[in-house]
Amino acid sequence: MSETATPAASLPDDPGTLIDPDGDRPAARSGRSRSLLRFIVKKLLTTIGLLFGVTVLTFLLVQAVPGDPSTTNLTEAAQQDPEIVAAYKAKWGLDKPLPVQYLTYLNNLLHGDLGTSQSTGNSILSDLAKYVPATIELAIPAMVLSLLISIGLGMWAAVRKDRAADHTIRAGALIGLSTPSFWLAIVALYIFFYVLGIAPNGGRLSTKFRPPQDITGMYTVDALLTGRPLVFWDALWHLALPVLVLTSLTVSILIRFVRSAMLEVLDQDYVKAAYAKGLPRFTVLRRHVLRAGLVQVVTVGGLAFASLLSGTVLIEQIYSWPGIGQYAYLAALNLDLPAIMGVGLFVALVYILVNLLIDVLYGIIDPRIRVS
Amino acid sequence: MSTGEPLLTIDGLSVSLPGPAGPVPVIKQLDLRVDAGEIVGIAGESGSGKSLTALTLLNLLPPGAVVGGSIRFDGQDLLSLDRRGWQGVRGSGISMVFQDSTAALHPMLTIGRQLTEHIRAGLGLGRAAARTRATELLDQMRIPHPDRALRAYPHQFSGGMRQRVAIAIALACRPRLLIADEPTTALDVTVQAGILALLEEQRRESGLAVLFITHDLGVLSALTRRAYIFYAGRVMESGGTADLLTAPAHPYTAALLGARPHGLSAQRTLRAIPGAPVLPDQLLPGCPFEPRCTFAEDSCRSGPPPQVPTTSGRTLACVVAPDLTGEPVVNR
Repeated sequence: MSETATPAASLPDDPGTLIDPDGDRPAARSGRSRSLLRFIVKKLLTTIGLLFGVTVLTFLLVQAVPGDPSTTNLTEAAQQDPEIVAAYKAKWGLDKPLPVQYLTYLNNLLHGDLGTSQSTGNSILSDLAKYVPATIELAIPAMVLSLLISIGLGMWAAVRKDRAADHTIRAGALIGLSTPSFWLAIVALYIFFYVLGIAPNGGRLSTKFRPPQDITGMYTVDALLTGRPLVFWDALWHLALPVLVLTSLTVSILIRFVRSAMLEVLDQDYVKAAYAKGLPRFTVLRRHVLRAGLVQVVTVGGLAFASLLSGTVLIEQIYSWPGIGQYAYLAALNLDLPAIMGVGLFVALVYILVNLLIDVLYGIIDPRIRVS
Repeated sequence: MSTGEPLLTIDGLSVSLPGPAGPVPVIKQLDLRVDAGEIVGIAGESGSGKSLTALTLLNLLPPGAVVGGSIRFDGQDLLSLDRRGWQGVRGSGISMVFQDSTAALHPMLTIGRQLTEHIRAGLGLGRAAARTRATELLDQMRIPHPDRALRAYPHQFSGGMRQRVAIAIALACRPRLLIADEPTTALDVTVQAGILALLEEQRRESGLAVLFITHDLGVLSALTRRAYIFYAGRVMESGGTADLLTAPAHPYTAALLGARPHGLSAQRTLRAIPGAPVLPDQLLPGCPFEPRCTFAEDSCRSGPPPQVPTTSGRTLACVVAPDLTGEPVVNR
């Protein structure tokens, strides 16, 4: 995407030897961080336009759903009474024309009001604030573990291409990929809770503990912040199984990308050149191969992270984990339109932010991308 | 070193790469010698085994490659080295400049990083001393503003400057032999002349030996005094560069020059070499050039032609050339 060799930050004063098309010549050291900052600001600006489009889309998608919220949320008796139905529609603004409904929605959104859930009766924002941290608490450790494992194993497989280690790792990844995650979740629960009795049967905390004071909404973090080590260990213990299941799934996806990215890099002249300089193999792999391979891994890894952050309905269901996946599931069951729109908006925001993160990481890893 | 032993002696080197139908021989019975402070050329078409020879000298062949014969460098038997031993040879004994400097420099690391990372280990210098040495090297390579160049990335340089940087990296740990694998092929002629002058200067000033790989016979004659002509993984002819190019004895060398072998009657002229080079997996019992050779005889097909020394100090692998050209062979 950026094979362009035109530098913006070039070295001054030697036009004959260095290309300097823009006349843009900051001093080399500050040039690096400044161009990175400019790059990030530019990406942020495009993000705003993207967010606006997302609101239109979520709004229209929900309108396209066949089904009337008044029939799902009112009792049989109430539905028979046209006055009650009309009052219900008036209360939620469902009697207004679509563009008006959208503008109202947008206006509320700008004021931080995502509406009120028709099933829980809470504001969507406070619902999200309750469910999202639970999902984040699963997503971040699962992502960190997945990256460590898949980069390690993927690189090992690439270095040992076509040998026993490579075959084993690839077979393992294939098995992991073909295993349905809900099946793995149930089997893990059966083995570690029912047979071995070393894991809890779900939930975020044992009943003997009160949840820690809500600071971030993530029990492990809050327990640490409020100095309750026992609660921390208990929350960590509850995290273990769902995180491991999510990790095994993500690792299986990532490992193939890491392996092929690293194989491509291992074949480059600059890797041969690095060996030809007399560098030890570990240095070549860590400094030269890993860095270049990461560019490709960042894309897939980012998307995997976004998918983890959007919640997984099945896993959260099996481990009774009150995350965003469960919330979305309940909202869909109840045809709770404001809640569905809220979740849609949240998921879109996650993907937009993760893509921004990917772009920034690109810029940090590869200096050629910053300038294009 | 002082025993008069050549810096590099390759004896009966053979290399096979793994192929879909078993190992494919890509270098066969190669003998080659480089003395200290000497620039030696290797010329030939692409696929003739030039670059593979270079990679063999640094143990950078793809996995599964089988190497036979012997390589002696600076009193060491290279083929018996373990990984640590190779690490010691690379960079500070033998180093290499690649054809495409864009591909051979890491695009995401600064020049300074790439220039100093091996200096510190290779010469046992601290961070500051390594930086000084790096600045010195860039200056020697006539790169303006070395201090700033150290903080720049490869894409901020032009092709010629990048190749100078690559040479600086290769020379950083004061190697005794530099392998230059078509370092000027991707550059235009004036830039090329500058690079060649730099190599010659290094040879003169620090006694650097260079193994210069090229397919450009003009460059070959400008830079080297001795040369080896490769074809299909074999040396066809070797000797003094001027001799080889003005009076080729081997029909292949002659064909490369688009001229006729010296001593041959003027009626039989050669122009483009007919046919295509043999593929490595096409095993010919005899001379690899025989199918394309205008002078081929039955004897060419019976077995690979032996390397024979001639009185003009060359080595020639051709059965018919001695009779054809009247090139006298020693001890025949």
